[in-house]
Amino acid sequence: MSGTDKRNFALAAMALAMAALLPLFDTGYWLALGVSLAMYGVLATSWAMFSGPTHYISLATAAFFGTGMYIVGGGVEILPFPVLVVIAAVAGAALAVLVGLTTMRISGVYFVIFTLGLAELIRQVVTWVQTTMGSSSGLYVLTEITESMIYWQLLLLLAVVYLVGWRINRSRLGLALRVIGNDETVAAHVGINTAKAKVILFVISGTVASVTGALLAPRWTYVEPTIAFSPMISFQVVIMALLGGVHRLWGPLCGVIPFMLLWDLISAQFPNQTTLLLGVAFLLIVYLIPNGVVGLIESRLKRRSSGNG
Amino acid sequence: MLEVRDVTKSFSGLVAVDGLSFDLAAGQIMGLIGPNGSGKTTVMNLLSGELKANTGQIHLGNREISKLPAHAIARQGLARTFQIVRILPAMTVLENVAVGGVFGHARYWGPGLETRALEMLARVGIRHLSQTPATALTYIDQKRMELARALISDPEVLLLDEWLAGLNPTELTDGISLIGELRTEGRTIIIVEHVMDAIRSLCDHCVVMNSGRKIAEGAPAVVLSDRAVISAYLGDDDA
Ligand SMILES: Nc1ncnc2c1ncn2[C@@H]1O[C@H](COP(=O)(O)OP(=O)(O)OP(=O)(O)O)[C@@H](O)[C@H]1O
Ligand SMILES: [Mg+2]
Repeated sequence: MSGTDKRNFALAAMALAMAALLPLFDTGYWLALGVSLAMYGVLATSWAMFSGPTHYISLATAAFFGTGMYIVGGGVEILPFPVLVVIAAVAGAALAVLVGLTTMRISGVYFVIFTLGLAELIRQVVTWVQTTMGSSSGLYVLTEITESMIYWQLLLLLAVVYLVGWRINRSRLGLALRVIGNDETVAAHVGINTAKAKVILFVISGTVASVTGALLAPRWTYVEPTIAFSPMISFQVVIMALLGGVHRLWGPLCGVIPFMLLWDLISAQFPNQTTLLLGVAFLLIVYLIPNGVVGLIESRLKRRSSGNG
Repeated sequence: MLEVRDVTKSFSGLVAVDGLSFDLAAGQIMGLIGPNGSGKTTVMNLLSGELKANTGQIHLGNREISKLPAHAIARQGLARTFQIVRILPAMTVLENVAVGGVFGHARYWGPGLETRALEMLARVGIRHLSQTPATALTYIDQKRMELARALISDPEVLLLDEWLAGLNPTELTDGISLIGELRTEGRTIIIVEHVMDAIRSLCDHCVVMNSGRKIAEGAPAVVLSDRAVISAYLGDDDA
């Protein structure tokens, strides 16, 4: 491990420790915001681990997130919570393998539509199963788990995601993904199994999204397909990751924080136009800052250092 | 080393390669020539796995590679350059070359990889550019970089698709002598070229294609004076 690595680790550990203190100061508005930040931080970071290097825009986040949430919702009265989280991880991974193997050969807009359709498909299936089994369309999730605990679990998951991402970036797999992002034909011709590399990353991000959904289930006490599989989750994750910048591991988090703070204000002002505003935000980001906040900062720094030297 | 048998490839009606067969012995340098659109690049794509043949077989050593995906063929020891040079734009020259030696036929990682990549860069004469972004290279240097990326995998068979095209006379002389060195090293190579001087001085053997078919085969001097070959190049249909 190099000197900068050690320094970055120390900084990350300190930031994490400070973030973990939040519930000691406030368990109301700020903790709720903290949970949302941690949730989207995890989702956007793991989304970018796949979509950043491969340039595949996945809208499947809600499919995995909802699956995890429903596994907890459906099993909370039968099995202990940690077991359900593990099941959610396995189910998310299995679903991602299935989807990955069938979609990694289709590209561009077809992949986007397929992943969007996937969340909708699962939502319809879940709704159908629930209504034909006679119960209402939602599930009660009654547990002893407090919001502070959810927050700490999410922070822990975020730390795991960062460790995994850091490890991948230094591995052959990370190099393979960079080559794929540069030129997939070259990648195949230097011996990279491109489909396998992409599926592995898709599985990692799908598993993380499913676990995130599982961890958040106790927060809602009553989960419904429209909440768990909401396409808004998928769209927001994409926007936040792009806003921050997907070419660095810590980029998406730099998008999540400003977006969530602004979004809270804006959606309170215009509660009926959120979808429209989200679309506008997306266009602005893609056109004005294609490399995200991090890309902007990096090019500033580069310009300054070349100006001095 | 390489055995091509009755390979046919058509693109929605257009037969780009039509029942082509040839053999390439180890250590041989073969020229694959023919007029524009005669199917040379398509043959390269079939060999490297970029395209799949409709019928026929291709063997590398004693393994059939015609059904394998491109990455598996690369691992078997086939490396290539592209007619239109393909660089990895977001990477440095050193990285562009190094990626050829990680996943394929030869596998390096860590400090060994960097040493080896620098050796290959020295070999093609651009070691001093190792830290340059690949996009900042001139066309000839990009071609050199692409050759280094193919060589680092220590290929059993190397495919060069018009690697000499677009070079000025001095660069051309350098290029020909570089390939000449590979020849003395004992590499097995197929070169597609329109530069006939290169074919004459480098190749042991030549296959001439026209409209997807093999129209002549043999030593360059003999083949290039063949009447059918001359008329194919002159666009004479009644040959
Ligand atoms: N992917 C493709 N789809 C459709 N047609 C193709 C494709 N690739 C090649 N062709 C056609 O196949 C024929 C042979 O093309 P190919 O590129 O193999 O010729 P070539 O001998 O390499 O020519 P050149 O000397 O100009 O490079 C051409 O008519 C070309 O238009
Ligand atoms: Mg060609």
